[in-house]
Formats: sequence, C-alpha cells, structure tokens
Amino acid sequence: MAAVTEAVTDIEQLKEDPALACLLSWNASAVAGAKRDRGQLSVYVQSEKIREACAILRDNPACPFDGLIDLTGVDWYPQEPRFEVVYQLLSYKKKTRITLKVKLSGEAPALDSVTSVWPAANFYEREVSDLFGIRFAGHPNPLRILMPEDWEGHPLRKDYPVEGYR
Amino acid sequence: MAHMSRTPVLEPGQSQTMILNMGPQHPSTHGVLRLLLEIDGESVVRIMPDIGYLHTGIEKTCEAKFYQQVVPMTDRIDYLCPMVNNLAYVLPVEKLLGLEIPAKAQWVRVLLAELTRINSHLVWLGTHALDLGAMSVFLYCFREREDVLRLFEMVAGQRMMTSYFRIGGLALEPPIGWFDRVREFADRFDSKIDEYENLLTENPIFKMRTKGVATISAEDAIALGGSGPTLRASGVDFDNRRDFPYSGYEKFQFEVCTATAGDVYARYQVRVKELRESNKIVKQALDGMPEGPIKAAAPKVVLPDRENMKTQMESLIYHFKIITEGFTVPAGEVYVPIESPRGEMGYYVVSDGTAKPYRVHMRTPSFANLQLLETMTVGRLIADVVAAIGSIDIVLGEIDR
Repeated sequence: MAAVTEAVTDIEQLKEDPALACLLSWNASAVAGAKRDRGQLSVYVQSEKIREACAILRDNPACPFDGLIDLTGVDWYPQEPRFEVVYQLLSYKKKTRITLKVKLSGEAPALDSVTSVWPAANFYEREVSDLFGIRFAGHPNPLRILMPEDWEGHPLRKDYPVEGYR
Repeated sequence: MAHMSRTPVLEPGQSQTMILNMGPQHPSTHGVLRLLLEIDGESVVRIMPDIGYLHTGIEKTCEAKFYQQVVPMTDRIDYLCPMVNNLAYVLPVEKLLGLEIPAKAQWVRVLLAELTRINSHLVWLGTHALDLGAMSVFLYCFREREDVLRLFEMVAGQRMMTSYFRIGGLALEPPIGWFDRVREFADRFDSKIDEYENLLTENPIFKMRTKGVATISAEDAIALGGSGPTLRASGVDFDNRRDFPYSGYEKFQFEVCTATAGDVYARYQVRVKELRESNKIVKQALDGMPEGPIKAAAPKVVLPDRENMKTQMESLIYHFKIITEGFTVPAGEVYVPIESPRGEMGYYVVSDGTAKPYRVHMRTPSFANLQLLETMTVGRLIADVVAAIGSIDIVLGEIDR
C-alpha cells in the first residue's frame, strides 16, 4: 500500500496557486486557512465573505472559475463550529478545480446565497437547507426540495433520529 | 342565476395564464418528475420542477454502512449506468486509502465503464425517439442493449445492479471467453449505429421536432451547472476523461465530441458520436488488455481469494476481520469527478478515520442538468418540453437519491 502523503496546511507554501493568490490579494483576512490534501486544494473562507469571494474567483481574469460544480454540507456534531459548507469550483478554461469551505456554528446557521454569482447554486442551496437546516440569505426560492413541504427536522444532521417513530 | 360566478372578461390584447400539471406519472418524464407548467395558450411562460418523489436517503444510509457495503447502493442511484457509479465511489475511497490499482483492473474498469456508456446512451436514444413518435428506434436500441446486459451478466452475475467493482480492484476475474464475446459485440456495433442513424439523422420529422428546439448557449449552460453531452452540445470542449483522467483514461485515444448549435438535435449528434467513440475505447481496451492481478496487494482492505482461505490462516483472519469490522480509512476528504454518460458524476467522501464513511455526497449530473430546462423551454410550445426533457437525459433516481 502506498503511503499517504501528509497534507500541506501552510499558506506560505500554497500561495503560488493562482486561485489562492487571487483571494489573498483581494482580502487576506477573509481567508481563514488553506490545505492541499491528496492533490486537492481547499480554502477556508470567512462565512460573511463567501459571496464576495465567489464573485472574485469567478471574475478573476487569470483563472476564471466559471462553474459551480457542487455545493454540499457536512455536520460535525457535537463539535463547534458545527457545520461546513463545501463548494466545488471548476475553471473550464484553465481546467483546474478548487474547493471552498465555510464553517458555521450550530446556532441558527446561515450564510449568503451564491445564486447571484452562479445560478447553478439554486437547487444545491435548497438541498443543503432542506437536509441540514442551513439558511441561505437572498435565495430566490427557499423551499424544501427533496423532503415533503411539511416535513419536520433535517435528515442529514447527525443528531437526527434514525430509528423509532416521529 | 345571481349566484353563478362569471368568468372574468378579458380586455382585448390581455392574456391569462394557467397552470398545467405534468407528471409525476407522465411517460415522457422518464421516471417520476413532476413539472408545473405555467402556460399561455400553448406556450410555456414558466416551468417549476418538483422533485423528491424517489428520495430514499441514500446519502444518510451510507453513513451507517462499512465502506465496502456502500458499493451496492451506488448501483441504485442511477439504474442505467451501475458500473460508472461503482467507479465513481471506489475511486475517492481508494484515493483516501492511497491504494495502487493493478493495470488489468483499471483496464477492465475502463472497458466496463464504456460498455455502460453504450448501454445508457442506447436507452436514452430509444426512449427519446419514442417520445418524439419514432417507435422502431426503441426496438433497434434495445436489441443491442440486451447484448450489453448479457455481457454484464456474464461478468457480474447481474444484468442491472452489477456491483462488480470493489475497493481495491474487481470482485472476480472476468470469465473465460468473456473478452471474445465483448470483441464480437464491438465488431458488429459500429454497423448498428449506422442503422440508428439511418432511421433518425436525416429523418425530416425528427429534424423538425429537434432542430432549433430548446437551445441553450454555452454561457447559460455553464452558469446553470450543466455538464456532459448537454454541455458539449453547446460547444464547450470539456470531458473529465480527457481533462481530469482517472483509472488510466490517459492511455486511450478518443475524441471529445462537441456540437455548436446547442439544440435537441445537437445533443442527439453528440451522443451518437459518443457511441462510436465509446466503441473505439472498448476496442483499444481489448487490444491492449494487460495481464496480471485484478486486486490490489492490500490484504487489510481487499478480500482474499477463496482458494487461499482454505489453505492460509492469514487469509482466513483477514477475511473475518474485513467482513465483521470493516477496514479503517485515514481521515480526510476527497472529491473525485468522473464522466458519467450524463455528465460530471463526483463523489465527495469524508472520512473520520473509522470503518464507516462520515459523509458521502453524490454530485449527480442530472440534478444540475435539470436546472437547464427552464432556460431551454420558456417561450416555446408544450410539445417542445417533451423533446427538451428527453434531450438532457435525466434519471430521476440520480436526482432524488
């Protein structure tokens, strides 16, 4: 079995990456950390800056991330900050990918919607708010998408009961 | 009479819209998709997809299973391309584990993934033509699909829910004579594609129903998250097999099929070309098939051969441990995108260092492609909605998960 290489978490070593360099030159305080693990670059962004950071990356002339490929959540209950929202971006021109991450507290989790940056976020944000109970401010149609309208609770949360009756 | 309500009188030039419910049990919605169409006469003003009828909580179920027990569930996400889903799941887990996959296992995976693409595109072509009123194409396509399913049955024992890929390799060695059967199929398949094209490509009725219908520009398709043939038909030259190669695709020569019109007919052209390209890859895989093992040398992850369990104590212990306790995967997270017949299929797997995945998220192509439907059909006729749904090739199992 090949050994798994250690993840690089030092921003100084990673800042040659054009996407990370772009974010740092825009607002270094919005970048909460970065990690290259198994060849995949993830950047932690402050939750209140996510919409602006996404717009900056989309309009970056050196490496425009024109596609939002995926948006999902992870629940780290009972840790705090409890939620992670994960954005997978793709540049069709440069053929590169980057992962953006936002940490959110378990108390009334909410962040800005990125539907104004990529309309593709519409269904994905509805799915995350349906299954994790994260509110996306400014979403054009914030309704449940997979579960019935009158459903109680958010099934992908780790404290959601998996047996017994509701 | 005084109590009878009167229909409001419309002013000249004023129009009134109505809501039409389409589905969830409508034959052209390919599953249980419900569309609420706001229509003005025959033309569509707004379209509201209502999904979730097939939601079974697969992502939640994965969190309660050992890593190897997730494989059979991935078949059920997209029942038309089980092998591609198996591959999309095992690749990120193998990346987390840092496993080296032997060459033969990789080539058989590519071979089966391309046969799956042929299978999926044949079902799409048959049902799409059926939606548009061409009955016989369906029968032609299912004739060859049956051959592909027989090949799957030979190798995996199952026609549809194959679960043939394992973390670290393949479940079994392909049976004796199987490669010859695949070769027979690949040799005659090109002429069969000509037969489908004879029925449709220059067919005036088919062209009238598809040319210039449900067009979408490359910018809109990218912004709305489109991928796969739907995106390539709008002129975006992007294919994960070439641009982010996985499982040894960099060793194969094939063309990424694109078209520029972005309409239903362009999507038809792209998929038919992809059938030919897939068959080309199948032939290359058969020609260059390497010899060697089909499982990685990782006894703590890969189940031992049955024969060894009867003679070696070690193998028996490993077998018992994997079955009862699973195997632990180093903590971390990966997202590995692959090219499914419908577009970008990516599994986001998060491990916390235990034997069960902490989170498995499937980025499924149909879910994003469905968002293109509104841009494609607003302002067009209701009949064009049927053509548009068929042309983006949605699978509802994959959308709802």
